[in-house]
Amino acid sequence: MEQWIETLQQPWPWYVAGPLIGLTVPLLLWLGNKSFGISSSLRHICAACVPAGISFFQYNWRKEKWNLFFIAGILAGGFIAAQLLDNGAAVSVHPALAGELAGYGITRYDSLIPAELFSWQQLFTWRGILLMAGGGLLVGFGSRYAGGCTSGHAIMGLATLQWPSLVATCCFMAGGFIMANFILPFILSL
Amino acid sequence: MLKYLLAGTAFGIILYKAELISWFRIQEMFRLQSFHLYGIIGSAVLVAMAGVWLMKKFRMKSIDGTVISTAPKQFSRGQIYGGLLFGFGWAATGACPGPLFAQVGAGAGVVLVTIAFAVAGTWLYGKWKHRLPH
Repeated sequence: MEQWIETLQQPWPWYVAGPLIGLTVPLLLWLGNKSFGISSSLRHICAACVPAGISFFQYNWRKEKWNLFFIAGILAGGFIAAQLLDNGAAVSVHPALAGELAGYGITRYDSLIPAELFSWQQLFTWRGILLMAGGGLLVGFGSRYAGGCTSGHAIMGLATLQWPSLVATCCFMAGGFIMANFILPFILSL
Repeated sequence: MLKYLLAGTAFGIILYKAELISWFRIQEMFRLQSFHLYGIIGSAVLVAMAGVWLMKKFRMKSIDGTVISTAPKQFSRGQIYGGLLFGFGWAATGACPGPLFAQVGAGAGVVLVTIAFAVAGTWLYGKWKHRLPH
């Protein structure tokens, strides 16, 4: 038993985690004919809290409340994994990335979410506000504009052979490459 | 609704243990320094594809008795412009929407700020939708 838990506490390899994520798609279809997609929850939150007479938010979000339960579950899952399934080992990072980040003063690898970038104190720095507020705005605006995010397009859309989802996925990747390689170095140096 | 809460919980645990919620892994992916996330997304798509294909082939029903169906996605130029913008945000925050929620659960409370701005971004899209090219 202990051995099992020790194994589970290691980071899971891609060939275990990937298929499990893939199974979420048939699981949601089986549970209630629901299409896997997470960014829609952000729209439902808008519709429920601040519809402000905008037609895009005038619909019966209560019919989609399963999506909100699903994201509440994700939050709980993150908590459970952090409490019970983490062995506390430092995050291993590619040496080239570690070298680059050291140049920006990022040297701690004790959390999957680097506290030197994402913390309450960092909110009051230029790089923190750009990454959290700016990044958040782009994630919300971009995913709705694209009609979905990595779950709805890159996984659900590709799995059901939707070519618009392939277009979206390629643009997600292109945007990520541009940000990580050309814009982020500037933000991190602030 | 409990079943969706539980499915989400399982999904959140997977996101954490797959290190999909790690800002570092996302950076490695976009710098081509690691195969990890490509392997995850690739194998997830293949398994999901096989699952949906089998369910449709055998005309499986969901547990509430409806025939399994998936909706087609309509193309719009939003998938290009919005996709690029989303990609910028993905690499900056090191998370897409699912992992943002898992990060909060994992103890990074400040990510609630990121989520609040993601909600604001979604709201701004709704407000400006009719003026944007689609």
